[in-house]
Amino acid sequence: MTDFHNTLLAAKSNESNSSLSAIAALNKSGTVSFLQQEIPTRKTEAWKFTSLFNFTSNEEGYGRLAETHNAAGLDGITTIPALDAQRLVFVNGQYSEELSSNESIKNVVRFSQANEAQQAIIADNLGTSIEQEKHIFAALNNANTNDGILVHVEKNEQLKTNIQITHITTAQAKPFTVAARLLIVLETGAQATVIEHFASNDAEQNCFVNAVTEAKVGANARLNHYRLQLMQEGSIQMGGVHVDLDRDANYDSFQLGLGAKIVRNDINVNHNVGGSHCEIVGVYLPQNKQLIDFHSNIEHKVANCTTNEVFRGIMADKSKAVFNGRIHIHPDAQKTLAGLSNKNLLLSNDATINTKPELEIYADDVRCAHGATIAQLDEQARFYLQSRGISAAEADVMLSFGFINELLENLELDAIRNLIRPILALRFGRDEELMKHIG
Amino acid sequence: MLTIKDLQASVEDKNILKGLNLDIKPGEIHAIMGPNGAGKSTLGNVLSGRDGYEVTGGSAELEGTNLLDLEAEERARLGLFLAFQYPVEIPGVSNLEFLKASVDSVRAAQGKEALDSVSFLKLARAKCKLVNLDQSFLKRGVNEGFSGGEKKRNEIMQMMLLEPKICILDETDSGLDIDALQVVAEGVNSLRDPNRSFIIVTHYQRLLDYIVPDFVHVLANGKIVKSGGKELALELEEKGYGWLEDAAENGAD
Repeated sequence: MTDFHNTLLAAKSNESNSSLSAIAALNKSGTVSFLQQEIPTRKTEAWKFTSLFNFTSNEEGYGRLAETHNAAGLDGITTIPALDAQRLVFVNGQYSEELSSNESIKNVVRFSQANEAQQAIIADNLGTSIEQEKHIFAALNNANTNDGILVHVEKNEQLKTNIQITHITTAQAKPFTVAARLLIVLETGAQATVIEHFASNDAEQNCFVNAVTEAKVGANARLNHYRLQLMQEGSIQMGGVHVDLDRDANYDSFQLGLGAKIVRNDINVNHNVGGSHCEIVGVYLPQNKQLIDFHSNIEHKVANCTTNEVFRGIMADKSKAVFNGRIHIHPDAQKTLAGLSNKNLLLSNDATINTKPELEIYADDVRCAHGATIAQLDEQARFYLQSRGISAAEADVMLSFGFINELLENLELDAIRNLIRPILALRFGRDEELMKHIG
Repeated sequence: MLTIKDLQASVEDKNILKGLNLDIKPGEIHAIMGPNGAGKSTLGNVLSGRDGYEVTGGSAELEGTNLLDLEAEERARLGLFLAFQYPVEIPGVSNLEFLKASVDSVRAAQGKEALDSVSFLKLARAKCKLVNLDQSFLKRGVNEGFSGGEKKRNEIMQMMLLEPKICILDETDSGLDIDALQVVAEGVNSLRDPNRSFIIVTHYQRLLDYIVPDFVHVLANGKIVKSGGKELALELEEKGYGWLEDAAENGAD
């Protein structure tokens, strides 16, 4: 244990202030686990390429804010245009009634407002998908969580309303922390679309957002999960997603990371019973001196499951990205079908990518493909554009845009595509007016 | 308009063009035929400035400017257009965006203002119609998932939008069914103009039934070995290239 450990735990306003015994217990076990783990350094294998210096060098730590927030001027960044959704908005970790949807639906509730049945669901599921001894920031989240959100969809219920959970941060007098927690429980045959959306009001940020999401996807259930990290420059975000898949469950996920001071995402998916499918598409676009890290770990514990994972990134300026894609196929996981692709473009000589696909295969009857490339733009495509009068420089911008845009074209929700495309267009200097006709 | 003198070029140190001469006047259509490996596609690639083709001698001047000194995009802006034998698929870049960027670049080089997106869209839709492409193709990725015929019609549509001075059609007829062939030919014929010239590279006489050339040249072993009127194409169809290749080799000795 170090003083720094304590500054992070001190973020908790006092001893567990949750009236839910399940949360109090989680806080306790999280605290124990967190204190047993060293703050990662470059010698820690899973953090080899991701320096936490900019995080740990802030010795005063990251406190929790007093219960105030100012919603003024934030409505513009909390809504996703044309997205029909039940929206819950948090500003600097505090729930904002003003910015959230007026009406509530039974499927979404804050832990602190949960009724007895919902409390039972929380007690049964919270923390059960996470191996906290392997994920120090998940342990920290366990220690610090005192409220969170439960999304619960009952057996065979197809939730038509999209659920949007937005976390906004604004710069404060002192660095502060937000422990965001989301628990998604889909019962057998249930379906839901959940959009997690992280944003900040400007580039001057001093928050440390530790956001942990757990999803329990029941037999034959389907979760469409979007996780959009649109925070700006000064933000630090850790955490990740921990998913348990039951028989024939489907987990379909889109991850976007624009980059910030430090962003680290751990994506863990467990194929637990058989017949389940996991589809993860990810995009990262750091610039300036930003650092973004995606560590995915897919556990094929049983036979007949499939995983398809596609990540693409473009690193500009002096930014850095880290991608580590582990697929672990256990001895019993015969007939596994797994694909992992990671392609990267470096836009400057000072940009860095550390990419590592990690296939660990202990079964003999499986089909796995993986590839990681640090791509050059396609010469044929560049010449084609040049032969039509487009300069080499503009051709490169168009092709870089296309490299990412190709992944957006398959998104199910138009509103998400339409949210991201202008950001991309702006990043690549495309004609926004023209974009409207393409959408 | 386009004057090619003693053009020599190599690919990976292999000489492909070995002193090619061609003089194309405004408004003319020249067909270039010849056996596989004669250098037909190389000619289009060298003229349009593709990497990997080394010019080892000669010149190619478009209205007095030596093309061979210029970047590919500069040649396009001067009015050179190559319709590709194999148009490239570019997923993620919409056809519309590509076409607009292309037209904007060429217009800028001519000192014209860029079209606003609404007028451009109108124009692009009209051209789609002319080549019988559904407007939905504008939204799709450049050539992405297009059939062979759709790709070639897309090439012709680009030609219509850019209104080049010299158009090189590199085996545009390969892989086309008879209907698509007619659409392509009609597109080319609609662009015929006293100030616009064409080089039509083809293996088959069939395309020349629809696009009637002023001259037919036979390219063999890196040189033009015979030139004639449109009737030469018919003769080639009948006799093949063998007799000309033999003649070329004898001539070279």
